[in-house]
Amino acid sequence: MMGVGKVPFIGNRKGHTALKRDRTTKYGEEVRPRADGMIDQQQNSAGQRPAEGLDEARLRQRAIGVKLRQMFDEVVNEPVPDEFLEILRRADGGQSGER
Amino acid sequence: MSAVDDVSGLTGPARDKVFQKELVTLIPHLRAFARTLTGDATQADDLAQDALIKAWDARLSFQLGTNMKAWTFMILRNQFYSDKRRSWRSTQLDQEAAERTLMAVDDPESPVALDELRQAMAVLPAEQREALILVGAGGFAYEEAAEICGCAVGTVKSRVSRARKAVQGILEAGAYDRDGRAAGEAMGHILGEAERLSASVR
Repeated sequence: MMGVGKVPFIGNRKGHTALKRDRTTKYGEEVRPRADGMIDQQQNSAGQRPAEGLDEARLRQRAIGVKLRQMFDEVVNEPVPDEFLEILRRADGGQSGER
Repeated sequence: MSAVDDVSGLTGPARDKVFQKELVTLIPHLRAFARTLTGDATQADDLAQDALIKAWDARLSFQLGTNMKAWTFMILRNQFYSDKRRSWRSTQLDQEAAERTLMAVDDPESPVALDELRQAMAVLPAEQREALILVGAGGFAYEEAAEICGCAVGTVKSRVSRARKAVQGILEAGAYDRDGRAAGEAMGHILGEAERLSASVR
């Protein structure tokens, strides 16, 4: 079975809530783009409200973050090639043998 | 959580069906993770398909109702490294990729090259790249990314932070400028594009 046995089981570990489905995520950034095209500041931790003159480096980091998500989402939004669904169709037919 | 209880007792074909239904919704994300990880569309889809098969084969070890996205990402990631070990040496800095990229950029005949960020990502050490992708694009919390990568939360945080600095440094150094663009213009380009994008995001 191609070594899948080595894949550790990550759900339901005692004391772990990190993998709950509905956990909100923040992209680990302190800021997010706002709909009006401005950049909004949003602290991960209690931090100082950023100064008006936005730190150039932060602005750049934010730009990279936006671009990175765009790069990722571009693929997410592509139609799924049929081979993928074919894999599951075959797997399903072979496994359950019903339907 | 009653929703979890509802599915966790399922067995056999009924369970498979529930599992598969959720797995299908994750395919686009697996493809995106693979693409950003490898930087190559064909290689990425092979990787994502392998991960899909493994996830299906391992479906009984997955507990329904827990985070399937993180689980499948971990499978894909493990597959990526095991492929990589087979073909390449796994080094801290992917020197070969860096050289290939730099060569491609130096070549004025180089056809529509990957955009600057993709190029910058390509030269990051793999573990920094994956950390940045998971947290910066995949929407995972640091804790989840740590589970996926099998390392400590602090390690993920430091990898993400180093990755961000490195990407910024690479872009600002203008290492990827082409066609006589001024140094640093790559960064300016990204800033401009990000501004345009953020106007349409959310």
